[in-house]
Amino acid sequence: MWADEAYRRLLGALALLVPVVAALVLYETARGAGPSLRVFGWGFLVSTDWDPVAERFGALPYLYGTLVSSAIAMALAVPFGIGSAVFLAELAPPRLGAVVSFVIDLLASIPSIVYGIWGLFVLAPWLRSAAEPWLTAHVGFLPLFQGFPFGIGMLNAGIVLAIMVVPTVVSISREILLATPRSLREAALALGSTRAEAIAVAVDAARPGILGAAILALGRALGETMAVTMVIGNTNRISASLLAPGATMASVIANEFAEATGKLYLSALVEIALVLFALTVVVNALARLLVVATTGGRRDVAGAA
Amino acid sequence: MTRAFDLFYGAHQALRSVTLEVPSNSVTAIIGPSGCGKSTLLRSFNRMNDLIPGVRTAGQVVVSGRDVYAPGTDVVELRRRVGMVFQRPNPFPKSIFENAAFGLRLLGIRDRGELEARVEQSLRRAALWDEVRDRLGRSALQLSGGQQQRLCIARCLAVEPEVVLMDEPAAALDPTATARIEELVLDLKKRYTIVIVTHNMQQAARISDRTAFMLMGALVEIGDTRRLFTSPREKLTEDYITGRFG
Amino acid sequence: MSRARPERIGALPVRGPSLPRRAWNAGLLAACALAAAAVVLPLGLIVAHLLAQGLPALDLGFFLHLPKPVGEPGGGMANAIVGTLILVGLGALVAVPVGVGAGLYLAEHGDGRVGALVRSTADVLSGVPSIVIGVATYGLVVVPMGRFSALAGGIALGLLMLPTIVRSTEEVVRLVPRSYREAGLALGAPRWRVTQQIVLPAASAGIVTASLLALARAAGETAPLLFTALGNRFWSLRLDQPIASLPVFIYDYARAPYDEWNRQAWAGALVLLLLVALVSGLLRLTVRRIPGR
Ligand SMILES: Nc1ncnc2c1ncn2[C@@H]1O[C@H](COP(=O)(O)OP(=O)(O)OP(=O)(O)O)[C@@H](O)[C@H]1O
Ligand SMILES: [Mg+2]
Repeated sequence: MWADEAYRRLLGALALLVPVVAALVLYETARGAGPSLRVFGWGFLVSTDWDPVAERFGALPYLYGTLVSSAIAMALAVPFGIGSAVFLAELAPPRLGAVVSFVIDLLASIPSIVYGIWGLFVLAPWLRSAAEPWLTAHVGFLPLFQGFPFGIGMLNAGIVLAIMVVPTVVSISREILLATPRSLREAALALGSTRAEAIAVAVDAARPGILGAAILALGRALGETMAVTMVIGNTNRISASLLAPGATMASVIANEFAEATGKLYLSALVEIALVLFALTVVVNALARLLVVATTGGRRDVAGAA
Repeated sequence: MTRAFDLFYGAHQALRSVTLEVPSNSVTAIIGPSGCGKSTLLRSFNRMNDLIPGVRTAGQVVVSGRDVYAPGTDVVELRRRVGMVFQRPNPFPKSIFENAAFGLRLLGIRDRGELEARVEQSLRRAALWDEVRDRLGRSALQLSGGQQQRLCIARCLAVEPEVVLMDEPAAALDPTATARIEELVLDLKKRYTIVIVTHNMQQAARISDRTAFMLMGALVEIGDTRRLFTSPREKLTEDYITGRFG
Repeated sequence: MSRARPERIGALPVRGPSLPRRAWNAGLLAACALAAAAVVLPLGLIVAHLLAQGLPALDLGFFLHLPKPVGEPGGGMANAIVGTLILVGLGALVAVPVGVGAGLYLAEHGDGRVGALVRSTADVLSGVPSIVIGVATYGLVVVPMGRFSALAGGIALGLLMLPTIVRSTEEVVRLVPRSYREAGLALGAPRWRVTQQIVLPAASAGIVTASLLALARAAGETAPLLFTALGNRFWSLRLDQPIASLPVFIYDYARAPYDEWNRQAWAGALVLLLLVALVSGLLRLTVRRIPGR
């Protein structure tokens, strides 16, 4: 019937806009990065230059900042996230579990800028006056915790990122745990396991999915912009200390893009966006693969993010 | 054995004053129509019902002279002594070896030689050893359903329980696999006390020494299997075994 | 294994779990509860600080007035609030028709290769950081137009909402029982009318909810607006001019070295949070009541 066919084609055309848009975004980022790619080549990724006057640019400090701040975030968010997911899926009375899950979902809907303002005005002073001096005093022999307590810097960014991405870890891990068969826990208990030992069996069975949740959270942390920009301090120096300020790929774009003068300067920033794009696409694809493999596609990751 | 044992799921009473005795080194079968409380009774012996919210109990369940519902009972230790095999095979998503060794590791056995010896022993007792001896490192999920169920039995035997509870262990299996499980049960009663729930009266008749018939949460009749099937004392039992209901 | 001789195996010790096992059990369970508390704690702290810092600076004027120059007391973010609504509205105008159409396509005809392509690119797009979307929109819209504009900001937000709307529409439409479709088709209705008049209405509550969630999320986005809509200290409703938005305002005011502006940033953050969290909180609560979800 022609009307059916026409309707189908209309929907199909709308649907095809999605890949078209994705291709446009990729194309535009790649095109904008062109001049920088041609001038600096692969050296862009390993150079620490950032000199708009001499027009020499390198992304290493930003790559480093992105990786380090995300690593701190993961180091905090994964254990706390898995612990909470276990609590919600296995231990909490159902009503409490539902309330806490709801609250954690709300945490995920708070805009990035709100985390930023909190990190800047609340977390930073506390880090500066209490936490960071304590760290330098007690674990200051590690290069990680040396130097002046600025309050803003890698550590602050990592903590704020952890708070922002932990709901992703919790809600996906919780669902995956709930999807593992009860019979596994029963089998373990019937063999004389303690509760924790039986839960460990379930967590073990859910491991690929939980890993996927963690990687998905990593993908979000890598690209998170505003909160990080507000609390990281924005310098393009690479410091061993987590207390020192730094910058991430996302934060340098946010900070400098609107004011970037000069074609090459702008192009260098776009190339950073391109690198970030590629990095997050790879990370997200990996995560999705893992989550889908363990939940049999029951979980729609796009809708959940 | 149980004495005047009641169990409630919230307001619903699933067991009504059940009293029965299970002699050691024998097979006791529990039969009855669906929903009559067979699984519930079985799960009372190792307190697996504790996991369900809202469960209340009254009366006693005595295993080896101790009331398992007495305060201060160590449930974890109880479940080690009273093993359980479930209706659906539920191996862990680990290797065959790790499945059989799971309970042993819980008990703190680290010595590789001892683990291997005990795993072999339990796999032999579960009549699985010859089929898996050269692929112990493979995932247990690759085994057939019948093999998985025997692995679950081996896993349970490895920790040397005194009593083995089986809840329709062959319900999810084909006739050949079922026959193997039945043979196994007959063999196992030399060492263990077995309580088995089954829907299949022929099966109960083939493998059990004593049979208990339950209806709507109550124990109607228990006795020597041959006697119960040939000359039941209760009218209800007779109706059930002659297929008039259920 | 050959040297293992079963008969050598002694009896296992009969005793309850050892002290370390008990301690490990109790410790681990307690740690999980503590972890959950630790995850919830920041939310409490953030809300408490927002209320403490933001409420005093929040008055009617905040919603009615334009920003004042430094030093002058009072002033509000009326233009930014309206700007955010305009930007989100523009985004919805872009994303909802395309997203719902694409989602319908995926649910009804999406089992082929086209469907797989659309689905996977939607997934890719949903993972692209919003700052990258901003950069791309700058190149695609701002540069050709020759200036920053509300339109560019709206398009950027639309791009951000699109993948969520596509995938949740698909999910919701797939939940419409097969029997509805069969009933319609059995009455002799052509397939497109069944989709349009039976399936779509049946799924509409879910689609609206999902779209509103996407809108709420987009309303809080800052990064993609920085170099598309830019910002504006003045009143502007024109789509071809830079326009103010709440998140960008908060960003600028929070970084400014004036206490008064910082206070207004807190107030703005409170308003934004209420806007976003209230919408998504209420929606999430109602979602549970929509049958089939
Ligand atoms: N978790 C539970 N919560 C509430 N009621 C339950 C629960 N489990 C079982 N029941 C109820 O207790 C009664 C006995 O159930 P049980 O599972 O013991 O029956 P069964 O004899 O094993 O049945 P089947 O042969 O179908 O396995 C049933 O009426 C059932 O509805
Ligand atoms: Mg049963």
